[in-house]
Amino acid sequence: MLKLYDTELMSRLLLGTAQYPSPATLMDAIKASGTKIVTVSLRREMAGGKSGDGFWSLIRSLGTHVLPNTAGCHSVKEAVLTAQMARDVFGTDWIKLEIIGNHDTLQPDVFALVEAARVLSEDGFNVFPYTTDDLIVAERLLDAGCKVLMPWCAPIGSALGPLNLHALRSLRAHFPDVTMIVDAGLGRPSHAVTVMELGFDAILLNTAVAKAGDPVAMARAFATAVDAGYTAFHAGMLEPRDVAVPSTPVIGRAVFT
Amino acid sequence: MQGAGVAGLAVAHELASRGARVTVLNPAKGNQAASWFAGGMLAPYCERESAEQAVVALGQRAAGWWEAVLPGSVIRNGTLVLAPARDVKELERFGSRTSGFEWTDGDSIAVLEPDLAGRFRKGLFFREEAHLDPRRALIDLATSLASAGVAFENDPAATAGFDWTVQCTGYSPDNADMRGVRGEMLILRTRDISLSRPVRLVHPRIPVYVVPRTDHTFMVGATMIESDWQGPITARSMMELLNAAYSLHPAFGEAEILETGVGIRPAYNDNLPRVIRMGNIISINGLYRHGFLLAPAMAAQAADLILKERSARH
Repeated sequence: MLKLYDTELMSRLLLGTAQYPSPATLMDAIKASGTKIVTVSLRREMAGGKSGDGFWSLIRSLGTHVLPNTAGCHSVKEAVLTAQMARDVFGTDWIKLEIIGNHDTLQPDVFALVEAARVLSEDGFNVFPYTTDDLIVAERLLDAGCKVLMPWCAPIGSALGPLNLHALRSLRAHFPDVTMIVDAGLGRPSHAVTVMELGFDAILLNTAVAKAGDPVAMARAFATAVDAGYTAFHAGMLEPRDVAVPSTPVIGRAVFT
Repeated sequence: MQGAGVAGLAVAHELASRGARVTVLNPAKGNQAASWFAGGMLAPYCERESAEQAVVALGQRAAGWWEAVLPGSVIRNGTLVLAPARDVKELERFGSRTSGFEWTDGDSIAVLEPDLAGRFRKGLFFREEAHLDPRRALIDLATSLASAGVAFENDPAATAGFDWTVQCTGYSPDNADMRGVRGEMLILRTRDISLSRPVRLVHPRIPVYVVPRTDHTFMVGATMIESDWQGPITARSMMELLNAAYSLHPAFGEAEILETGVGIRPAYNDNLPRVIRMGNIISINGLYRHGFLLAPAMAAQAADLILKERSARH
C-alpha cells in the first residue's frame, strides 16, 4: 500500500488532469489508469473567483482523492494563498507545492519551496513538495515538516525520462523510509519502469498521457509499467555480470577455457 | 431558430435554401455570441493537435460551405505553424499529432510570409486550410438571409406557431450536460507587419494564434480556461497573448490594442458538438472552439432531420 500522510492507497500512479483532448477522455484515462489520486491546478481555472464548476463536478464524480497543486506560483506568498484557497474549494489538507523559479524550465525555486513548505506544514497542511533531485533540499523539506517528497526526473512536460539516475538512487538510499513520488519529466512507460525499479513509491504523470495519441490506452500502459517496476523492485532483481552463464548446466565439457 | 450565432445562422441558411420558411429569434445576445470572438480559422488538421479525430472529419467541408454561401469570404492560404528556435521540438510534437502538413524551412517561410523572413527556421505548413473573418461572415450571412426572406425577430420567446424550433443558444449554466470554457482574445492594429494566413505559435504552455484581418488588424487568441466567468480579460492572459504576438514579430509591440474580448465556449464533456432532437425541438450545441469549422456539418444534420420528416409527411 502506498502511504501518503495518513491515507493508504492501492494505486501507485497519480495523474494530472490538464491538457486532455476533452474531459470525457480525461475521465476514461483516469478510469483506465486505476489511479486513486488526481492532481488539479487551481490557479488558472479560478478566473473571477469562480471555479470551473462543470469541470470540478466531473472530477469530484470520480470519487478519487484530489491533490490540488500550486502550479503557476512564483513566490511563497502566492503559493500559500493558493494552498489556502484549495483547502476551501476541495476540503483537503493535501497540497502539491510547486513554486516555479524559472519560467522556461519550470525548475522549482527550492529556497522558496522550503520556506513555503514550513509555513504550510505549520498551518496543518500535508505538503507534497515538487522538488529537484537534490539531497540537501530533500533534507530541508523533511525538516520543514514534509512527509512525502516529489522529486523530478526531468523538467515538467519534457518527456525526457530520468536524466540523473545517480541522483535518484542516492535520494532513495538516503531516505529509505520517506514516501517518494517521482513527479514530472516522464515520457514513456519504460521511464516509469526504470524509476519504479529504483524503489520509488509512485509516479505522477500528466503530459505523457494527456498528449498521447490515445490517452486512454497510454494510461493503461503506464499503470502496467508502474506495477511491473514496483513488483520487480520488491522481487529482487539480478545484478548484471560480465560473462555469460548458461542457465542449464553443461556437463561433460571443458568449462575452463 | 433561437440564436443568431454561427450555428443559428448556418441552420437558418440550410433550411431556407432548401425551401423552409425560417424566422430567427435573436435572444438579444447580439455581439455576445461566442462566435463573435472566434478566430475564424477553418483548420481541421491543426485542430487535431488538441481535438478528437471527429473534428477533422466534420470540418472537412467547412471552407467549401462558407465559400458557397458567402462567395469571396474564404481565404485559402493555409495555416503556418511556427516555433521559436528554443521550442522547435514542440513542432515535432505538433506534427506527430496532426496530418495534412509539410515541413517548411526558413526560406519557404519567407516566401509564404515575407515579414517573418529570418525569424523562424522551421515550421509546418497546412496548405489545405483556410480562414475567414468571423464577424464579417456573421453580418453578411444575416444580411443574405434577410434578403432571402428569412425573418428576424427580437423576442426570444415567441416560438408559438412554428412547426419546429431549433435552439442554437450556446452556453447556458442551466444545462447540466454542458460546461463553459472561457476564451480571451485581443484585436490589434499595426501597419508595420502584414500576414497572409493564420500563424500559430506553438509553445509548451501558451499556444497562441494570430489571424490577419482587414484594415491592418489582427486577432490574437485565445486562452482556454475551464470557467464560465464572463468578466474582462485578466492581466496574465493579456500578457501571454501579447508576449506571443511579440515573439512572432516585434512589430506587434507597437500595435494598438483595439479590443479585448471574452467569450464562453459551449462544450459537452467530450468537446464534440451534438444535434439533439426532443419532439419538434432540435438543439444544436457544444461547438466548443470549432464554431465556424463545425457549424456547416451540424446545420446540415439538423436540416436533414427536419426536412426528411417533412417530405415523409407530405
